[in-house]
Amino acid sequence: MSRTGRRISDRFNLLKSQERIGLVAFVTAGDPDRATGQEILNGLPAAGADLIELGMPFSDPMADGPAIQLANLRALGNGASLANTLKMVAEFRTLDDETPIVLMGYYNPIHCYGVPRFLDDCITAGVDGLIIVDLPPEEDEELCHPCLTAGINWIRLTTPTTDQARLGTVLKNSSGFVYHVSIAGITGTRSADLDDIRSAVDRIRTRTDLPIAVGFGIRSKEQVREMAGTADAAVVGSALVDVIRAGLENDASKDEIVRNLHGLVRDLASGTR
Amino acid sequence: MSKPESYRSGPDDRGHFGIFGGRFVAETLMPLILEVETAWNRYRNDPAFNAELEYYARDYVGRPSPLYFAERLTEELGGAKIYFKRDELNHTGAHKINNTLGQILLARRMGKRRIIAETGAGQHGVATATVCALFDLPCVVYMGETDIERQAPNVFRMKLLGAEIVPVTSGTATLKDAMNDALRDWVANVEDTFYIIGTAAGPHPYPEMVRDFQSVIGREAKAQLLERENRLPDTILACIGGGSNAIGLFHPFLDDESVEIIGVEAAGLGIGTGQHAASLSGGKPGVLHGNRTYLLQNEDGQIHDAHSISAGLDYPGIGPEHSWLNEIGRVQYVSVTDQEALDAFQLSCRTEGIIPALEPAHALSHVAKIAPGMGKDRIIVMNMCGRGDKDVFSVAQVLGEKI
Repeated sequence: MSRTGRRISDRFNLLKSQERIGLVAFVTAGDPDRATGQEILNGLPAAGADLIELGMPFSDPMADGPAIQLANLRALGNGASLANTLKMVAEFRTLDDETPIVLMGYYNPIHCYGVPRFLDDCITAGVDGLIIVDLPPEEDEELCHPCLTAGINWIRLTTPTTDQARLGTVLKNSSGFVYHVSIAGITGTRSADLDDIRSAVDRIRTRTDLPIAVGFGIRSKEQVREMAGTADAAVVGSALVDVIRAGLENDASKDEIVRNLHGLVRDLASGTR
Repeated sequence: MSKPESYRSGPDDRGHFGIFGGRFVAETLMPLILEVETAWNRYRNDPAFNAELEYYARDYVGRPSPLYFAERLTEELGGAKIYFKRDELNHTGAHKINNTLGQILLARRMGKRRIIAETGAGQHGVATATVCALFDLPCVVYMGETDIERQAPNVFRMKLLGAEIVPVTSGTATLKDAMNDALRDWVANVEDTFYIIGTAAGPHPYPEMVRDFQSVIGREAKAQLLERENRLPDTILACIGGGSNAIGLFHPFLDDESVEIIGVEAAGLGIGTGQHAASLSGGKPGVLHGNRTYLLQNEDGQIHDAHSISAGLDYPGIGPEHSWLNEIGRVQYVSVTDQEALDAFQLSCRTEGIIPALEPAHALSHVAKIAPGMGKDRIIVMNMCGRGDKDVFSVAQVLGEKI
């Protein structure tokens, strides 16, 4: 199996041996601009991110709340594109060949780029998995099947609306890990009840051996710590992206924004140990 | 592409019209989409459901709408006989209520207690707010901030009808963003909420469901013309934004091969300028708002804003069935500019005493182009899908009149 197929499982095995929960850091590629976005990305592992979820900017991010919508628009306004996102991953890989990178986004830019070309370029760049929000199992022929054939992980979302019958459909063709969306809603709006998360994760565990990451509404190291013992990883997105917005609003320098963002990652990572 | 046995058999059970359509939605919504599909399949042929729909269509909406022979316009153009299907005479002034009525009856049977909708020009928002008032259900309408400014009368109408209007500031603050925010609302309120989509687009089963509710237009027109002229029309036309009034007129005629079918998109300032809303003439296939269809987008797959003088045509996509009918060549799609639509708007006022909405003024403009070249024994049916009361302010502005 290629390196692409292994980084995610290697990382979760490492976390298991360290007996701790992992931190998945989400940022939008090229936010606020290409150079700063690259610096942010490159410094995430040192700041304590165990896995990286990199958003592929899209003009119409329907599953995202205001924070990530704005991140998408900032990035696109400064020249972000799918080709540039892949270049960012390739550059990151020259510095780090261990930390898994999962691309998250919407189907249309990939549809436009062309599926075979996209998957080839993902492998060349060093992408480990894909999360495509608007491709449910009903549309698996589009990208899921070719992606799995190419040896890239296909990571699916489970949600509070995923009932027992649906869970089997969702877990089929899932690989890498399962991303449990803890609320019915969009990113960065509210947090779920801990008991609800626990029972949902327990339910998913009875049906799969894949690691489970929990996300949506996690903003602090305390929340990350609460997830330990339940989930295998916690995903933080909107809180990180908000650091960029706040920095821009306060006329902070790009260096300061990068520092602040990595500072928050460091703080969140302290909740994993 | 080989000719299908029937042009009316789509979509397949996964919601595909050829390669178009489908169900491209977030997992949170997927169980609900399947629930809507189950309910739709259960009630679409249910006699009690259809009896209730027909009752309200007749006594509340005012169906059937007349098929009117536009005699002066016919004389003025000097060619084919022109008939208007008068869906602008419906309650609320457009075809939109045919669909909102059907969907709210379905929502009630599903036990949903809250209705959401998106709107651009406000016609679908008004039609949704109207049926929500009729059935006493809370109604939330998402509308782009830009559209709220240019469609103030419809905003006030919706408020009078008890709807809550949520201004959409995300993205470009127009119809596509209103649809994004309606979908975001739906994801967060899956338990109790029904989303009444306004056009024949979105995830399966919406394109099919909206088409079937709007097909009353074509069924009536066909029967009315048979009674009046004892034959089928030679050409039928309708304007296209998302394409719900057009598919409603076209669908009952798709297998009548002698009938030429023409859809008219909005060319805005001209296709070449990039400032238009003609997804078929100026876009390419992509995936947005739950379906694969023709979209206005750049080379990176980012969605472009549409432009049209008519806010109701101002959408960067088109219903998937139109994309398919375009690909297989059953329907011919053309486009008409802002200026041409304005000219037709005035032509209708002057010759027929009908102030049309700017949307069907696009269709009328194409009628004016082709009718003179057709023999006097030929017949054109055009869907007059909305009245122009909502547009008089913006038309006055363009014509330099102060009102």
